[in-house]
Amino acid sequence: MAHDPYLALRVHNATPAGARGITLELDGRLEAQPGQFVMAWLPRVNEKPFSLVDDDPITLTIVQVGPFTERVQRLRAGDEFYLRGPLGHGFSLTGERPLLVGGGCGAAPLAFLAKRLAAARRPATVALGARTASELLLAERFARWGAEVHISTDDGSAGERGLVTALAVQLLSTGRHDRIYACGPRPMLDGVSMLCRERAVPGELSWEAYMRCGIGVCGSCDRGDGLLVCKDGPVFPA
Amino acid sequence: MTEPDLTVDLCGLRLRNPFILAAGILGTTAALLERVARHGAGAVTAKSCSVEPRAGHPNPTVLPWQGGLINAVGLANPGAEAMVGILREARERCAPLGVPVIASVFGDTAAAFGEVTRTLEAAAPDLYEVNISCPNVEAEFGRPFAADPAQAASATAAVRAATKRPVMVKLSANVNDICGVARAVVEAGADAIAAINTLGPGMLIDIRARAPILANRVGGLSGPAIRPVAVRCVYDLSRAVNVPIVGMGGVTTGEDAVEMIMAGATAVGVGSVFYYRGVEACEPLTAELCAFMAGQGYATVAAMRGAAHGA
Repeated sequence: MAHDPYLALRVHNATPAGARGITLELDGRLEAQPGQFVMAWLPRVNEKPFSLVDDDPITLTIVQVGPFTERVQRLRAGDEFYLRGPLGHGFSLTGERPLLVGGGCGAAPLAFLAKRLAAARRPATVALGARTASELLLAERFARWGAEVHISTDDGSAGERGLVTALAVQLLSTGRHDRIYACGPRPMLDGVSMLCRERAVPGELSWEAYMRCGIGVCGSCDRGDGLLVCKDGPVFPA
Repeated sequence: MTEPDLTVDLCGLRLRNPFILAAGILGTTAALLERVARHGAGAVTAKSCSVEPRAGHPNPTVLPWQGGLINAVGLANPGAEAMVGILREARERCAPLGVPVIASVFGDTAAAFGEVTRTLEAAAPDLYEVNISCPNVEAEFGRPFAADPAQAASATAAVRAATKRPVMVKLSANVNDICGVARAVVEAGADAIAAINTLGPGMLIDIRARAPILANRVGGLSGPAIRPVAVRCVYDLSRAVNVPIVGMGGVTTGEDAVEMIMAGATAVGVGSVFYYRGVEACEPLTAELCAFMAGQGYATVAAMRGAAHGA
């Protein structure tokens, strides 16, 4: 067993992600499933959970929302970065004609999923949403994995104006999708969940939660029904 | 031979088996307490609770290492008023399963121990655990009450005065004379002893980051590494006091539980095992305990209790 619980890595490449985010490619790899996450540690700062954008190389996209994520924005190539994982349970990869629905930071695990789906020759259709154009994330990555990308913004500054769930309704009306994979804010997930029931299409939703341990013991991330986002999820059936 | 009887009596409470979910593990919500109860626990303990809400320490707070877990969650809890609701709902959900719900209380003064207990009385918990032994809040609270027999007794007396329900005091092994502390709390009205709380505090340093890993720098040790210390404490305590002992510290198998019971424990607390064996851990623990008893011809848990002490 390794002496330390963390993988010690360095930033290989840091690129902006939208107006307030950064995509970090690290100098290491994992064997992970899309939807799994890592606990990222900045020594003497804090430790927070992030979904993998890729496992080879390990890639994370982190948007500034608080003090920890603000510190992450300052990272540059060569800087140290520590993480433990992969943790939790990911997406199933069973969709033959999958529709991916991502809101805001929810694009992160779906980009990894798009890569795996492409490798399985099942290129994804993606509905990618954000409040405004500068908060859209990872659109070029979905394109790199051969996905058909549709965009919406709440303010109409890019793509269609409106919620990404409305975009998903349009795409579902073609009737060709047999599974929905979604990640985003809670109201969006609730919307997708309802959509899955209405259209009788199975769905898998990646949840977000405040986490401490990340390993299923502290109980901080009970999603309300006794299921732990860190251990039983973060991906749950719709 | 008939199936061994796994039930135990703890302060008049009937437990269907000796395994008690320890405080601080998975006990944050009524739904989680019910889930652990559904998966085989004999009793469940809610997260330790103070008068006011506490945010706890920043992350990292819990980490696995070679010998178990280290944690400095820092007694994060929603405060006594909110805990009343959690405990009430937990009792409603667990009562049909025949699983008692234990409230765990702590405070920074003896009076605060009494105050939180008085508030929680509204939820009618089946038993109180008095947590005088958390090792990871020392920077804030000073030495735990469990470090000194008189302090330990004053916290116990405050809880005793606030309730007629059974009171169990959770002791620390991080003291010179745990039996002296135990005698003091029994004298002050404790109906049972829980031993031990996490050991230490300890520290992990990441050697590449050149930094302590826990944000609190130090934290309590749990898991297999501390089990021999816990067994020794339970063995000594069972000779020192005449109240039931809930033995805990590193129990991850049914055989480990037998060891604790043979040392003198009436019931067995489990926490870190949920990291190793999942939320359902009490099911295999119970099956292993049952198999040992059947194989060795023990009809009841009580028949094994204290067996290691000889005639």
